[in-house]
Amino acid sequence: MKRLKETFRDVARYPSAIIGMIIVLALIIFSIYTIWKIPYNEAIKMWRASESVVYKNPRNARPTWVNWFRKDKLPLSVDVVAGEDDDFTKVSEPRASGGNSIEFVYTFDYESNELPQDFFVYFTSNYQTKNPFVSMVLQTPSGEEIKIVDTGITRNQNYRFEQDEKLRTRLKRLHRGNVPSTAMEGLFSKFGSDPFEIDKGSYTLTIQATTFEEGSDVDAELIMHGKVFGLFGTDNLRRDLKVAMMWGAPIALAFGLTAALGTAIITMFISAVGTWYGGWLDELIQRITEVNMVIPYFAVLIMVGTFYSRSIWTLLLVTIILNMFSASIKSQRAIFLQVKESTYIEAAIAYGASDLRIVTRYMIPRVIPMIIPGLVSAVPSYVFLEASLALLGLGDPSIPTWGKVINDARNYGAQYQGLYYWILEPAVFLMITGLGFALLGFALDRIFNPRLRGM
Amino acid sequence: MTTENNNVPLESTTEDNFNVASHSMVKYSRQVSRATAKRLSLFFIRRLVLLLITIVVGVYVTIIVANMGGYVDTILKAQIREEVNMQVAEMSAKSHMSADERRDLTNSMIADREKLAGLDKPFIVRSFTHLKNALTLNFGRARFMISDHGSRMVRNIILERLPATLLLMGTSQLLLFAVSLFFALVISRHYGSFWDKLVVALSPTSSIPPWFYGIFLILIFAAWLKILPFGGMVDAPPPPTKLGYFLSVLKHMILPAFSLFISSFMINVYSWRTFFLIYSSEDYVDMAKAKGLSSRAIERRYILRPTLPNIITSFALMLVGIWTGATLTETVFLWPGLGTTIFEAVSKYDTAVIVGTTIIQAYLLGITVFLLDFLYAIVDPRVKLGGGK
Repeated sequence: MKRLKETFRDVARYPSAIIGMIIVLALIIFSIYTIWKIPYNEAIKMWRASESVVYKNPRNARPTWVNWFRKDKLPLSVDVVAGEDDDFTKVSEPRASGGNSIEFVYTFDYESNELPQDFFVYFTSNYQTKNPFVSMVLQTPSGEEIKIVDTGITRNQNYRFEQDEKLRTRLKRLHRGNVPSTAMEGLFSKFGSDPFEIDKGSYTLTIQATTFEEGSDVDAELIMHGKVFGLFGTDNLRRDLKVAMMWGAPIALAFGLTAALGTAIITMFISAVGTWYGGWLDELIQRITEVNMVIPYFAVLIMVGTFYSRSIWTLLLVTIILNMFSASIKSQRAIFLQVKESTYIEAAIAYGASDLRIVTRYMIPRVIPMIIPGLVSAVPSYVFLEASLALLGLGDPSIPTWGKVINDARNYGAQYQGLYYWILEPAVFLMITGLGFALLGFALDRIFNPRLRGM
Repeated sequence: MTTENNNVPLESTTEDNFNVASHSMVKYSRQVSRATAKRLSLFFIRRLVLLLITIVVGVYVTIIVANMGGYVDTILKAQIREEVNMQVAEMSAKSHMSADERRDLTNSMIADREKLAGLDKPFIVRSFTHLKNALTLNFGRARFMISDHGSRMVRNIILERLPATLLLMGTSQLLLFAVSLFFALVISRHYGSFWDKLVVALSPTSSIPPWFYGIFLILIFAAWLKILPFGGMVDAPPPPTKLGYFLSVLKHMILPAFSLFISSFMINVYSWRTFFLIYSSEDYVDMAKAKGLSSRAIERRYILRPTLPNIITSFALMLVGIWTGATLTETVFLWPGLGTTIFEAVSKYDTAVIVGTTIIQAYLLGITVFLLDFLYAIVDPRVKLGGGK
């Protein structure tokens, strides 16, 4: 206990160690928060990107905070439910012939120089036999009224502005000579402007719904796909990168820590046993170490990932097996050889301690302080190993990880299209994780290694 | 073995500098050097044999992993079955064959093809055939990939890509070795200075692998500043003149070589500077200072010489580890070397190429280990005392 306290006092003397420790602790807390906030199954469901999960997300949207650094702001993504929001009102009146007349009014300011990606209205209604009817009109800041659509709706009906051919034809006619390439361009540009100039100001979307039965009602949810979304943005499949950024942390930690810890403990045990028994066992272990040095371990991992399984846990196991006989066996062997000759081991033999007892109780504890710095410093290499495999397309298909996001981004050509956030976000996370463990490991190395003290 | 013998006299002359050169001493040292030469060559023969055995075992293990439980064979069998089925379907379309006849024909053709591929032998026998093939670089034919000259032989595909990898790795690693050794020496002279502290503070940045720096460098220099290419090895179309070609390759090599360089630079300078500091606090260095030797001489004879084995060991370990980084760095920069080949093979599921590249890498690692052993023995006088260890 006293020794632990002293160690802590030593650690506190190195600012880099404190920074490293804070980062590692923050990562652990962040991981726990992630697991609690988005349970594993939910995260996987969200990452599979079925339409019901991602319908609110725009495609390739930058994170919202990029607007802080931009002069011309990118349009935000909007999701409003009628009646729940002050901007989107719902007024319902009974009609004389039965049913209701419902008016939805959505008023919004549009000040961006860029067009939104799309507009959707999701209608939900209840009725027995007669479908309700809706008509939509958009009033622009210049005072023009554009008829969007007149249509009957089913119980769950969505209307996408960009997919309505009739709307496009109408917009083409309204704009005369200059043909808008998308419905959004037609709706948000001044009539007669050439090239298209965005009509900034207050827009009003009025939806007039009519139901034809007693008790029949209509609800509407309006979604605008802007060009920024959330804290982390979205990818080409409209997945919220938040899921991958958050879940990347526990997975990276689990992989890195398990691999580093597993490898270190097994290596230590192997070299202790080899040194204690000596003879052919020691010789065999040394030969295996040499063979292991020649085996290209990353290439073997690639083979395993390609031929057998891409499961992250299989790859973890193979990583540990391939790193068990690492070069550190040789340096540990040198220490164990000294320990083996010391008098307290002789005393242990004299009182009849078993081989197992000597190895686990007297030999291994001597090297533990020496392997801790290496263990901590090894964590980043395993974290990056997982990312490396993901970059080659060998990531676990079901789990979102930082490396896989970089792989997705590169496959999509994000670096050529200016979608830098997509690469930089996971990269920054990986870098912080790597640096945190490395800072801590380097400081520990200087504390535990007497020759490096004060250097 | 000739190279080793050539290097021995060089070794003993440097040692002679330490001796007073009287006639009898020279004679004595010549005798010693002859004996050392014999021991050294014995040592190397032993090391070479051991290393060859190590490489053979390493390659065999690689093959076992590649073909564990006959998994690759299963893929091969399925491929044969599919091809035969299609052939038979084509044949039976033109002639009238009963279902039984067709089935018999299919089965006999599959059996023939499997025998041709050696799939009828037991796994142990097959694994040794594979080993023999691998050791003679006979990796078979690729399923999808072709070399730039149009060959389907895996060996040709790999040998075509090898020079690119060696060029990139050789340049960056030699540069790294020389530059960081120089910086480490300079910084160890100014222990505690700002630059020294900076190196100590920045050394954890080396935990980030080269391909990761590569991604950032691409974003900065290619996507943002647009002054260097995104990747590849030479402009398209390649410049017609030799000089133009050389300059174009150089331009493409800047970013990948720099990312390989930068990811190991800080840790190298840090650990070597630490070695120098540890060794400069030895008593014999104080003794040399007391004798009034110049600081250059002290550095060369009493600090650099004893640390060289350590430096080479750490460089060796780094070099062995860097092959991993090189695979990804090449992929990130689309550098047409072994790394990109393995990446392509993975995405096309070309098993023969994956196995072939892995084995070539085992060879390269073996050669690296041997060369460094060799260097180690030259700079470490203790190896001679051990003779054949």
